[in-house]
Amino acid sequence: MLTQKLINDGDAAVDEMLEGVLAAHGDILRRPEGSRRAVVATDGPREGKVGLVIGGGSGHEPTFLGFVGRGLADACAIGNVFASPPPQPAVEAAMAANGGAGVLFMYGNYAGDVMNFDMASEMLEMEGIEARTVLTTDDIASAPRDQRDRRRGVAGNVFIFKAAGAAADLMKPLDEVERLARHANARTFTMGVALSACSLPQTRRPNFDLPAGEMEIGMGIHGEPGVRRGPLRPADEVADEIMDAILEEMGASRGDRVAVLVNSLGSTPLMELYILYRRVADRLADAGLAIHKALVGPYCTSLEMAGASITVMHLDDELLPLIDHPCRCAMFREG
Amino acid sequence: MTTEFSTSDLDHLFDALVTRMEAERDALCRLDGVIGDADHGVAMLQGMSAARDAVRATNGTLQDKLNAAAKGFLNAVGASSGPLYATGFMRAAKAAGPRQAMPRKDTPLLIAAMAEGIAHRGKAMPGQKTMLDAWAPAAEAAGGDGPLTDRLDRVAAAARKGAEATAGMVASLGRAARLGERSLGHPDPGAVSAAMIVEEMARAFRG
Repeated sequence: MLTQKLINDGDAAVDEMLEGVLAAHGDILRRPEGSRRAVVATDGPREGKVGLVIGGGSGHEPTFLGFVGRGLADACAIGNVFASPPPQPAVEAAMAANGGAGVLFMYGNYAGDVMNFDMASEMLEMEGIEARTVLTTDDIASAPRDQRDRRRGVAGNVFIFKAAGAAADLMKPLDEVERLARHANARTFTMGVALSACSLPQTRRPNFDLPAGEMEIGMGIHGEPGVRRGPLRPADEVADEIMDAILEEMGASRGDRVAVLVNSLGSTPLMELYILYRRVADRLADAGLAIHKALVGPYCTSLEMAGASITVMHLDDELLPLIDHPCRCAMFREG
Repeated sequence: MTTEFSTSDLDHLFDALVTRMEAERDALCRLDGVIGDADHGVAMLQGMSAARDAVRATNGTLQDKLNAAAKGFLNAVGASSGPLYATGFMRAAKAAGPRQAMPRKDTPLLIAAMAEGIAHRGKAMPGQKTMLDAWAPAAEAAGGDGPLTDRLDRVAAAARKGAEATAGMVASLGRAARLGERSLGHPDPGAVSAAMIVEEMARAFRG
């Protein structure tokens, strides 16, 4: 049986979404001239500022295009559903974001994205624009700790992009924005759990098979199988399993400050997210950690997948002001 | 059958590739759903359709048309298959050269050139459970001697065998790599679609 979706044509879903986003948020976003799959902030890029360009597949909204705006990302390249954008929109986004101080590409660590954005970087080099790359690798379930560079980038993107975007908005030079972006990534940890599959608009069939009564720990945001499957358990137990893993990785000291995100993968409602958050807050308090910033809601989704992820960013004196820095995006605001 | 492979033969090859991907779209998506994100069939059909349109819209040499295929595929798809097939088509374009037709006996070299491009862009090694596990043995078979039809049969068979063999491999590159041992027992969708493409190319080159 085909899943039910409010779409017109599966193949047109991404372009029609983009038309809607531009119609709703034309004060914040626009398409660069001649571009189909790139958006740029109306008042973000400016002379002498490092251009922050993010991007990735569609289906994760508000990630990625929802984080474009003054104080966060300058531009975004938009791919098909769950597929890296080709180099062309990444080049268009970078040209639109370029203020003469270099461009930083940031995106989740996936083989396809790396190939396409690397091709974009080569094309920009020919145009005389320096483009560097910082990959996000916050999903602790996707590879062992000693292979951090193989991990996927998931919901922690919002904090990592935010820190880098703030650094760029504060007119820091490319070296410094890049360093802070890497620093932010290294201190951000995410793990999720999936309760049911999602389906692509083009196929409208569940993209994996998860029997009733089961959950999958560590599942990727494209439905990539996770590390372990087991019976669905109460929210507190799921939160505990995830927080045990995150706290162990993070190695924070009592008195340290954190930013926390409890994220919906799509169809899990706020009620359940706040039930999870309650336990997360308890666990952080038990560990002696102060919650400086809390986000609860859909920040990095996987179409209509059911499930949630928990992200903790281990703040320090450098990251804290960047997380607090104001930004005004179509789907995310601060200050 | 003529002894030359012409630009209009190339147009027909891309028609055949689109037809094949249309027929296999859902099967490839299902295969990808087991160890990936279930979009492989969608991406391959989108890519090949765009490549076909670009090839048909280009009046030029074999090289011009294959370069157009590369650009069309890449810009329609992105993903992993975009850069890999784009680079493969560009290498094939270079191998075909700026001419309206090439001797059919040389056409296996196009398959070898595609494999080289894919290996170069993806930085994969055979045995890592990727599309290269179909392309690399096909390229090796393409270098053999004997009558053209025999060589092309061996090329298609090598790709198919290579794709089947990926079921026994543990993924160590690409998205499925995060699965580790759980990828065992399932063929790699990229290798399966690669074997289909090689088969269509072999059929078209045979004439």
